[in-house]
Amino acid sequence: MHKTADTIVIGGGIIGAATACYLARKGADVLVLEKNAHIGDGGSSRNGGGVRQSGRDPRELPLAMYGIRNLWPSLSDELGIDVEYVQEGNLRLGKTPEHLRILQGLTERSVAAGLDVRMIDGAEAKEICPYLSEEVVGASWCPTDGHANPLVTTLGYYRKARQLGARFITGEKVLQLKKIKGRVRQVVTETGVYEGNNIIVAAGFESREILSSVGIDVPMTRITLEVLVTEAQPQMFGQMLGTAMADFYGHQSKHHGSFVFGGTSGFEHTNKDHGMPVTASISAPCICRGIIKYVPILEDVKIVRTWAGWADISVDGIPVISHVEEVPGLIAACGFTGHGFGIAPIVGLLLSQMASGENPVLDIKEFRYDRFKTKI
Amino acid sequence: MPKMQDRSRNIGAFVPAGDDDLLICRCEEITKGEIRRAVHDGMFTLTEIRRYLRTGMGLCQGQTCGRLVKGIVARELGISPAELEPAVSRVPMRPIEMKVFGSETEAEGHA
Ligand SMILES: Cc1cc2nc3c(=O)[nH]c(=O)nc-3n(C[C@H](O)[C@H](O)[C@H](O)COP(=O)(O)OP(=O)(O)OC[C@H]3O[C@@H](n4cnc5c(N)ncnc54)[C@H](O)[C@@H]3O)c2cc1C
Repeated sequence: MHKTADTIVIGGGIIGAATACYLARKGADVLVLEKNAHIGDGGSSRNGGGVRQSGRDPRELPLAMYGIRNLWPSLSDELGIDVEYVQEGNLRLGKTPEHLRILQGLTERSVAAGLDVRMIDGAEAKEICPYLSEEVVGASWCPTDGHANPLVTTLGYYRKARQLGARFITGEKVLQLKKIKGRVRQVVTETGVYEGNNIIVAAGFESREILSSVGIDVPMTRITLEVLVTEAQPQMFGQMLGTAMADFYGHQSKHHGSFVFGGTSGFEHTNKDHGMPVTASISAPCICRGIIKYVPILEDVKIVRTWAGWADISVDGIPVISHVEEVPGLIAACGFTGHGFGIAPIVGLLLSQMASGENPVLDIKEFRYDRFKTKI
Repeated sequence: MPKMQDRSRNIGAFVPAGDDDLLICRCEEITKGEIRRAVHDGMFTLTEIRRYLRTGMGLCQGQTCGRLVKGIVARELGISPAELEPAVSRVPMRPIEMKVFGSETEAEGHA
């Protein structure tokens, strides 16, 4: 096994796999190193599958909009596997005047950034999704939002990348990076040393430690987020649902018919995690209560599984997607803050362009690694 | 500590077999052929197979098909089934209605 590549990607999540896929499509020599036994075992295979633009930070919105216009609609064809992409809109629901004020604020910021999203009343929301509670008095409505299957999308990128010649090594934990003559060059793992001309760090929360080995600090933390899935149901609705108070979010999966819902208990920052992304007994029941408040008809549907994943939270809520000027050859891609799945295709494309020395198709200056300033 | 695996290693080409139509995961209706093909698509662990095909994600949570899937994947990779880690089981261990799972009060008769 040779241990050199033109580009080495650290992290076999959807960001790493998509990047490898687009690089391999350009004919580049790319190697992905993943510490876990499985590809996509981080947030990428544990997320809620939301592919949305509404509720995004305006700085990040152009990425989400580009992906939804240009990449998601043809992704199944491109990867040769059904990623279960459904584009039937996102309803963010409210029950009180206070909720509507929150939704109004979100909507105004998105409209200002060029997104087609608007406020609708309870009657219109129920026309779009007839299963909503009578208590819903209004919603924000973004007709171009949607959802997809994160498991198949992540593994689909991996499969395609492999078919195009990208190499993947699992069970290979990166310990540190090393510079040679001022450029990042070596990737030291638990079993040896790999060498590359470009190194892309896409290792979720753990990117922080890897980047710090060459003196770069990206301020971020991690929290545990949870998701649950129900038994299969007849097809009921295609929209992605959310609420003003973030009681829950989720959708019904295409073909299969199970509902996938994510949410929080409010104790995410203090729950014990034993060093593993494990569920807390209080979270999924809390998510269920949230769902029943808005879609009461689901109260008799059975939950078959719950799971947890870590999200890498950047201090200002948007990711780092950036060349690191002090360390030539190094590219950082982390801090996706719980919404990296929906933008993964465009982020993978951008990273492949950055590593190939091309001009990225979108402006990435908002995502610089050195944008973080102290408060005074 | 997971064992290092080079996912480019050659496991040979996919060769169709007479019993590829056999249903292995009955809850999700996944056949032996689909499982064998997934291995050649690069799904080298039981967790990846499960996430890629949904084997064991149905109501029985893999209690019926788990061992069969393991045997098929091991044979395709040319390794012993003992080398494959089982996929995790997740709570709740039995399907449970949302209103029961979400209830904070004790059910009647369970005081
Ligand atoms: C419960 C949950 C729900 C979510 N819901 C949504 C949603 O609905 N919509 C949305 O857009 N996003 C959602 N997200 C966020 C989304 O899942 C992530 O932003 C996205 O998966 C990030 O992909 P990634 O490849 O950067 O990270 P990951 O998938 O975490 O991949 C990073 C990889 O790096 C590996 N790694 C770490 N350290 C090392 C090392 N030292 N050496 C080698 N490899 C290493 C890890 O093992 C991991 O596989 C959710 C996240 C969670 C946890």
